[in-house]
Amino acid sequence: MATGKFLWSFTKKFFTFGIVGLTISDRYGSVIPVRGSSMSPTFNPRTNSSSSSLFSDDWVLVEKFCLTKYKFSHGDVVVFSSPYNHKEKLIKRITGLPGEWITTRNFNVVKIRNGHCWVEGDDPSLSMDSGSFGPVPLGSVLGRVTHVVWPPQRIGTVAEQIPQNRLSSS
Amino acid sequence: MGGWRVKAKEALKQVSITARFLCLLHVTNNYLFSPTLVYGPSMLPTLNLTGDVVLSEHFSHRFGRVRPGDLVLLRLPVDPAKIAVKRIVGMEGDRVTFFDSNATDLLQTLVVPKGHVWIQGDNLYASRDSRHFGPVPYALIQGRAFLRVWPLSSFGSLEQ
Repeated sequence: MATGKFLWSFTKKFFTFGIVGLTISDRYGSVIPVRGSSMSPTFNPRTNSSSSSLFSDDWVLVEKFCLTKYKFSHGDVVVFSSPYNHKEKLIKRITGLPGEWITTRNFNVVKIRNGHCWVEGDDPSLSMDSGSFGPVPLGSVLGRVTHVVWPPQRIGTVAEQIPQNRLSSS
Repeated sequence: MGGWRVKAKEALKQVSITARFLCLLHVTNNYLFSPTLVYGPSMLPTLNLTGDVVLSEHFSHRFGRVRPGDLVLLRLPVDPAKIAVKRIVGMEGDRVTFFDSNATDLLQTLVVPKGHVWIQGDNLYASRDSRHFGPVPYALIQGRAFLRVWPLSSFGSLEQ
Protein backbone atom coordinates (compact mmCIF):
# COMPACT_ATOMS: atom_id res chain seq x y z
CA MET A 1 0.00 0.00 0.00
CA ALA A 2 2.73 2.40 0.97
CA THR A 3 4.74 1.62 -2.14
CA GLY A 4 1.67 2.20 -4.30
CA LYS A 5 1.15 5.59 -2.78
CA PHE A 6 4.81 6.43 -3.22
CA LEU A 7 4.73 5.34 -6.86
CA TRP A 8 1.62 7.43 -7.51
CA SER A 9 3.09 10.55 -5.99
CA PHE A 10 6.33 9.98 -7.89
CA THR A 11 4.48 9.64 -11.21
CA LYS A 12 2.48 12.77 -10.46
CA LYS A 13 5.64 14.76 -9.70
CA PHE A 14 7.33 13.36 -12.78
CA PHE A 15 4.47 14.40 -15.08
CA THR A 16 4.14 17.85 -13.53
CA PHE A 17 7.86 18.40 -13.96
CA GLY A 18 7.74 17.22 -17.57
CA ILE A 19 4.79 19.40 -18.50
CA VAL A 20 6.22 22.50 -16.86
CA GLY A 21 9.64 21.86 -18.39
CA LEU A 22 8.18 21.36 -21.86
CA THR A 23 6.21 24.59 -21.60
CA ILE A 24 9.22 26.58 -20.46
CA SER A 25 11.42 25.16 -23.20
CA ASP A 26 8.75 25.89 -25.83
CA ARG A 27 7.77 29.38 -24.79
CA TYR A 28 10.71 30.94 -22.97
CA GLY A 29 14.02 29.28 -23.54
CA SER A 30 16.13 26.14 -23.43
CA VAL A 31 19.73 25.03 -23.31
CA ILE A 32 21.14 22.90 -26.13
CA PRO A 33 24.57 21.60 -27.16
CA VAL A 34 26.27 22.76 -30.36
CA ARG A 35 27.68 20.01 -32.57
CA GLY A 36 30.28 20.56 -35.22
CA SER A 37 32.51 23.49 -35.97
CA SER A 38 30.59 25.32 -38.68
CA MET A 39 30.08 28.24 -36.29
CA SER A 40 33.75 28.43 -35.23
CA PRO A 41 35.04 30.69 -33.71
CA THR A 42 31.72 31.80 -32.14
CA PHE A 43 30.89 28.29 -30.93
CA ASN A 44 33.23 25.30 -30.63
CA PRO A 45 36.38 27.23 -31.59
CA ARG A 46 38.91 24.86 -33.05
CA THR A 47 42.07 24.39 -31.06
CA ASN A 48 45.17 22.65 -32.31
CA SER A 49 45.46 20.16 -29.51
CA SER A 50 42.03 18.86 -28.57
CA SER A 51 39.79 16.72 -30.70
CA SER A 52 36.04 17.31 -30.68
CA SER A 53 34.00 15.41 -28.13
CA LEU A 54 30.75 15.80 -26.27
CA PHE A 55 32.51 17.28 -23.25
CA SER A 56 34.28 19.99 -25.18
CA ASP A 57 31.10 21.06 -27.02
CA ASP A 58 29.59 24.42 -26.19
CA TRP A 59 26.15 24.54 -24.62
CA VAL A 60 24.07 27.58 -25.53
CA LEU A 61 20.94 29.32 -24.28
CA VAL A 62 18.15 29.61 -26.86
CA GLU A 63 15.38 32.13 -26.28
CA LYS A 64 11.94 31.67 -27.81
CA PHE A 65 10.41 35.12 -27.35
CA CYS A 66 11.38 35.99 -30.92
CA LEU A 67 8.83 33.42 -32.14
CA THR A 68 5.85 35.59 -31.28
CA LYS A 69 6.61 38.19 -33.96
CA TYR A 70 9.32 36.59 -36.10
CA LYS A 71 11.32 39.82 -36.16
CA PHE A 72 15.04 39.25 -36.58
CA SER A 73 17.99 41.46 -37.31
CA HIS A 74 21.32 41.00 -39.06
CA GLY A 75 23.83 39.07 -37.02
CA ASP A 76 21.27 37.10 -34.99
CA VAL A 77 22.30 33.51 -34.44
CA VAL A 78 19.27 31.25 -34.88
CA VAL A 79 18.33 27.60 -34.50
CA PHE A 80 16.18 26.25 -37.34
CA SER A 81 15.10 22.96 -38.88
CA SER A 82 17.07 21.94 -41.93
CA PRO A 83 14.99 22.27 -45.11
CA TYR A 84 16.19 18.82 -46.19
CA ASN A 85 15.40 17.02 -42.96
CA HIS A 86 12.98 18.42 -40.42
CA LYS A 87 14.49 16.39 -37.60
CA GLU A 88 17.90 17.97 -38.05
CA LYS A 89 18.41 21.29 -36.26
CA LEU A 90 21.02 23.73 -37.49
CA ILE A 91 22.60 26.78 -35.86
CA LYS A 92 23.61 29.57 -38.21
CA ARG A 93 23.86 33.34 -38.38
CA ILE A 94 21.29 35.45 -40.24
CA THR A 95 23.07 37.56 -42.84
CA GLY A 96 20.15 38.61 -44.99
CA LEU A 97 16.53 39.51 -44.31
CA PRO A 98 13.41 39.56 -46.55
CA GLY A 99 13.55 41.90 -49.51
CA GLU A 100 17.30 42.35 -49.49
CA TRP A 101 19.80 41.52 -52.22
CA ILE A 102 22.68 39.43 -51.00
CA THR A 103 25.94 38.41 -52.63
CA THR A 104 26.59 34.73 -52.01
CA ARG A 105 30.02 33.20 -51.53
CA ASN A 106 29.98 32.18 -55.18
CA PHE A 107 29.39 35.83 -56.10
CA ASN A 108 25.85 35.33 -57.24
CA VAL A 109 23.42 38.07 -56.29
CA VAL A 110 20.17 36.74 -54.88
CA LYS A 111 17.02 38.54 -53.82
CA ILE A 112 15.56 37.13 -50.62
CA ARG A 113 11.84 36.45 -50.89
CA ASN A 114 9.26 37.59 -48.35
CA GLY A 115 9.25 35.57 -45.15
CA HIS A 116 12.68 34.07 -45.77
CA CYS A 117 16.17 34.80 -44.51
CA TRP A 118 19.70 34.06 -45.61
CA VAL A 119 21.77 32.07 -43.08
CA GLU A 120 25.48 31.37 -43.03
CA GLY A 121 27.94 29.69 -40.72
CA ASP A 122 30.78 31.75 -39.28
CA ASP A 123 33.31 29.33 -40.71
CA PRO A 124 32.78 29.52 -44.46
CA SER A 125 35.00 26.56 -45.28
CA LEU A 126 32.80 23.86 -43.75
CA SER A 127 29.29 25.03 -43.36
CA MET A 128 26.07 23.66 -44.74
CA ASP A 129 24.01 26.83 -45.05
CA SER A 130 22.03 29.00 -47.45
CA GLY A 131 24.97 28.74 -49.84
CA SER A 132 23.91 25.13 -50.45
CA PHE A 133 20.15 25.10 -49.80
CA GLY A 134 19.11 28.68 -50.51
CA PRO A 135 17.05 31.00 -48.33
CA VAL A 136 15.28 29.48 -45.32
CA PRO A 137 11.65 30.27 -44.36
CA LEU A 138 11.45 32.20 -41.11
CA GLY A 139 8.67 29.83 -40.06
CA SER A 140 11.19 27.03 -39.56
CA VAL A 141 13.22 29.10 -37.06
CA LEU A 142 13.00 27.56 -33.58
CA GLY A 143 14.76 30.17 -31.47
CA ARG A 144 17.57 32.65 -31.13
CA VAL A 145 20.88 31.87 -29.46
CA THR A 146 21.81 34.55 -26.94
CA HIS A 147 24.41 33.14 -24.56
CA VAL A 148 27.04 30.47 -24.22
CA VAL A 149 26.49 28.80 -20.84
CA TRP A 150 29.06 26.01 -20.87
CA PRO A 151 32.07 25.45 -20.58
CA PRO A 152 32.71 27.92 -17.74
CA GLN A 153 35.67 29.69 -19.34
CA ARG A 154 33.52 30.57 -22.37
CA ILE A 155 30.38 31.84 -20.60
CA GLY A 156 29.16 35.06 -22.17
CA THR A 157 26.91 36.64 -24.76
CA VAL A 158 27.15 35.65 -28.40
CA ALA A 159 29.58 37.85 -30.26
CA GLU A 160 27.93 39.95 -32.91
CA GLN A 161 29.59 40.02 -36.25
CA ILE A 162 28.22 40.95 -39.61
CA PRO A 163 30.05 40.10 -42.80
CA GLN A 164 31.07 43.27 -44.56
CA ASN A 165 30.28 44.35 -48.10
CA ARG A 166 27.90 41.51 -48.76
CA LEU A 167 24.57 43.29 -48.70
CA SER A 168 23.48 45.40 -51.59
CA SER A 169 20.94 48.10 -50.88
CA SER A 170 17.44 46.81 -51.38
CA MET B 1 1.23 38.17 11.61
CA GLY B 2 0.40 34.48 11.47
CA GLY B 3 -2.75 35.18 9.46
CA TRP B 4 -0.71 37.08 6.92
CA ARG B 5 1.65 34.19 6.47
CA VAL B 6 -1.20 31.75 5.96
CA LYS B 7 -2.73 34.05 3.38
CA ALA B 8 0.55 34.34 1.49
CA LYS B 9 0.92 30.58 1.49
CA GLU B 10 -2.60 30.17 0.21
CA ALA B 11 -2.01 32.71 -2.58
CA LEU B 12 1.22 30.98 -3.58
CA LYS B 13 -0.61 27.67 -3.77
CA GLN B 14 -3.28 29.17 -6.02
CA VAL B 15 -0.67 30.71 -8.31
CA SER B 16 1.15 27.42 -8.56
CA ILE B 17 -2.05 25.55 -9.44
CA THR B 18 -2.91 28.13 -12.11
CA ALA B 19 0.60 27.98 -13.56
CA ARG B 20 0.49 24.19 -13.74
CA PHE B 21 -2.92 24.35 -15.38
CA LEU B 22 -1.64 26.80 -18.01
CA CYS B 23 1.34 24.54 -18.69
CA LEU B 24 -0.99 21.58 -19.14
CA LEU B 25 -3.07 23.68 -21.54
CA HIS B 26 0.04 24.59 -23.53
CA VAL B 27 1.13 20.96 -23.82
CA THR B 28 -2.36 19.80 -24.85
CA ASN B 29 -2.61 22.56 -27.44
CA ASN B 30 0.83 22.02 -28.92
CA TYR B 31 1.36 18.28 -28.65
CA LEU B 32 -2.12 16.70 -28.60
CA PHE B 33 -5.23 18.44 -29.91
CA SER B 34 -6.31 22.00 -30.50
CA PRO B 35 -9.33 23.71 -32.06
CA THR B 36 -8.72 26.08 -34.97
CA LEU B 37 -11.01 28.56 -36.68
CA VAL B 38 -10.55 28.32 -40.44
CA TYR B 39 -11.97 30.83 -42.87
CA GLY B 40 -11.38 32.04 -46.39
CA PRO B 41 -12.15 30.76 -49.85
CA SER B 42 -9.04 28.65 -50.49
CA MET B 43 -10.38 25.34 -49.16
CA LEU B 44 -13.85 25.42 -50.72
CA PRO B 45 -15.79 23.13 -50.97
CA THR B 46 -14.22 21.13 -48.13
CA LEU B 47 -14.29 23.99 -45.65
CA ASN B 48 -16.75 26.85 -45.65
CA LEU B 49 -16.04 30.41 -46.59
CA THR B 50 -17.44 31.93 -43.43
CA GLY B 51 -15.53 29.97 -40.86
CA ASP B 52 -15.43 26.39 -39.64
CA VAL B 53 -13.97 25.22 -36.38
CA VAL B 54 -11.80 22.18 -36.94
CA LEU B 55 -10.00 20.00 -34.46
CA SER B 56 -6.37 19.32 -35.31
CA GLU B 57 -3.86 16.91 -33.85
CA HIS B 58 -0.21 17.72 -33.35
CA PHE B 59 1.57 14.38 -33.02
CA SER B 60 1.51 12.56 -36.35
CA HIS B 61 3.64 15.18 -38.13
CA ARG B 62 6.32 14.82 -35.46
CA PHE B 63 6.69 11.16 -36.41
CA GLY B 64 6.50 11.82 -40.14
CA ARG B 65 3.10 10.14 -40.42
CA VAL B 66 1.28 12.66 -42.63
CA ARG B 67 0.35 11.39 -46.07
CA PRO B 68 -0.85 12.91 -49.34
CA GLY B 69 -4.52 13.85 -49.02
CA ASP B 70 -4.24 15.01 -45.40
CA LEU B 71 -5.34 18.49 -44.42
CA VAL B 72 -2.46 20.16 -42.62
CA LEU B 73 -1.91 23.38 -40.72
CA LEU B 74 1.28 25.04 -41.76
CA ARG B 75 3.16 28.27 -41.35
CA LEU B 76 3.14 30.11 -44.65
CA PRO B 77 6.65 30.44 -46.06
CA VAL B 78 5.82 33.94 -47.25
CA ASP B 79 4.59 35.12 -43.85
CA PRO B 80 5.68 33.14 -40.77
CA ALA B 81 3.10 34.80 -38.53
CA LYS B 82 0.21 33.28 -40.51
CA ILE B 83 -0.99 29.70 -40.29
CA ALA B 84 -3.00 28.25 -43.16
CA VAL B 85 -4.86 25.00 -43.81
CA LYS B 86 -4.01 23.26 -47.09
CA ARG B 87 -4.07 19.77 -48.51
CA ILE B 88 -0.88 17.79 -49.07
CA VAL B 89 -0.63 16.77 -52.69
CA GLY B 90 2.84 15.27 -52.81
CA MET B 91 5.56 14.19 -50.41
CA GLU B 92 9.30 14.23 -51.11
CA GLY B 93 10.23 12.37 -54.26
CA ASP B 94 6.67 12.46 -55.65
CA ARG B 95 6.00 13.80 -59.11
CA VAL B 96 3.34 16.52 -59.16
CA THR B 97 1.63 18.06 -62.14
CA PHE B 98 -0.06 21.42 -61.85
CA PHE B 99 -1.34 24.38 -63.81
CA ASP B 100 0.98 27.31 -63.81
CA SER B 101 -0.62 30.20 -61.93
CA ASN B 102 0.32 32.74 -64.58
CA ALA B 103 -0.52 30.85 -67.73
CA THR B 104 -3.47 28.57 -67.02
CA ASP B 105 -3.04 26.53 -70.17
CA LEU B 106 0.48 25.49 -69.26
CA LEU B 107 0.83 22.18 -67.46
CA GLN B 108 3.99 21.76 -65.41
CA THR B 109 5.53 18.73 -63.75
CA LEU B 110 8.21 18.58 -61.12
CA VAL B 111 9.61 16.28 -58.47
CA VAL B 112 9.20 17.44 -54.87
CA PRO B 113 12.71 17.87 -53.39
CA LYS B 114 13.99 16.08 -50.30
CA GLY B 115 12.42 17.17 -47.04
CA HIS B 116 9.67 19.18 -48.72
CA VAL B 117 5.95 18.74 -49.37
CA TRP B 118 3.71 20.07 -52.11
CA ILE B 119 0.51 21.66 -50.77
CA GLN B 120 -2.54 23.06 -52.54
CA GLY B 121 -5.89 24.50 -51.59
CA ASP B 122 -8.98 22.64 -52.76
CA ASN B 123 -10.24 25.74 -54.55
CA LEU B 124 -7.56 26.07 -57.20
CA TYR B 125 -8.76 29.46 -58.37
CA ALA B 126 -8.63 31.26 -55.03
CA SER B 127 -5.69 29.70 -53.24
CA ARG B 128 -2.13 30.82 -52.78
CA ASP B 129 -0.12 27.66 -52.35
CA SER B 130 2.81 25.67 -53.70
CA ARG B 131 1.90 26.68 -57.23
CA HIS B 132 2.99 30.20 -56.28
CA PHE B 133 5.76 29.71 -53.74
CA GLY B 134 6.98 26.23 -54.61
CA PRO B 135 7.42 23.20 -52.36
CA VAL B 136 7.52 24.00 -48.64
CA PRO B 137 9.88 22.46 -46.05
CA TYR B 138 8.26 19.76 -43.93
CA ALA B 139 9.29 21.67 -40.79
CA LEU B 140 6.59 24.27 -41.47
CA ILE B 141 3.81 21.74 -40.82
CA GLN B 142 2.22 22.42 -37.44
CA GLY B 143 -0.57 19.87 -37.28
CA ARG B 144 -3.20 17.86 -39.12
CA ALA B 145 -6.88 18.82 -39.22
CA PHE B 146 -9.07 15.74 -38.91
CA LEU B 147 -12.49 16.66 -37.48
CA ARG B 148 -14.96 19.46 -38.10
CA VAL B 149 -16.77 20.47 -34.93
CA TRP B 150 -18.62 23.60 -36.05
CA PRO B 151 -21.12 24.16 -37.61
CA LEU B 152 -22.81 21.25 -35.86
CA SER B 153 -24.87 20.37 -38.94
CA SER B 154 -21.74 19.26 -40.77
CA PHE B 155 -19.97 17.73 -37.77
CA GLY B 156 -17.78 14.90 -38.92
CA SER B 157 -14.47 13.56 -40.04
CA LEU B 158 -12.38 15.38 -42.63
CA GLU B 159 -10.57 12.25 -43.77
CA GLN B 160 -11.17 11.08 -47.28
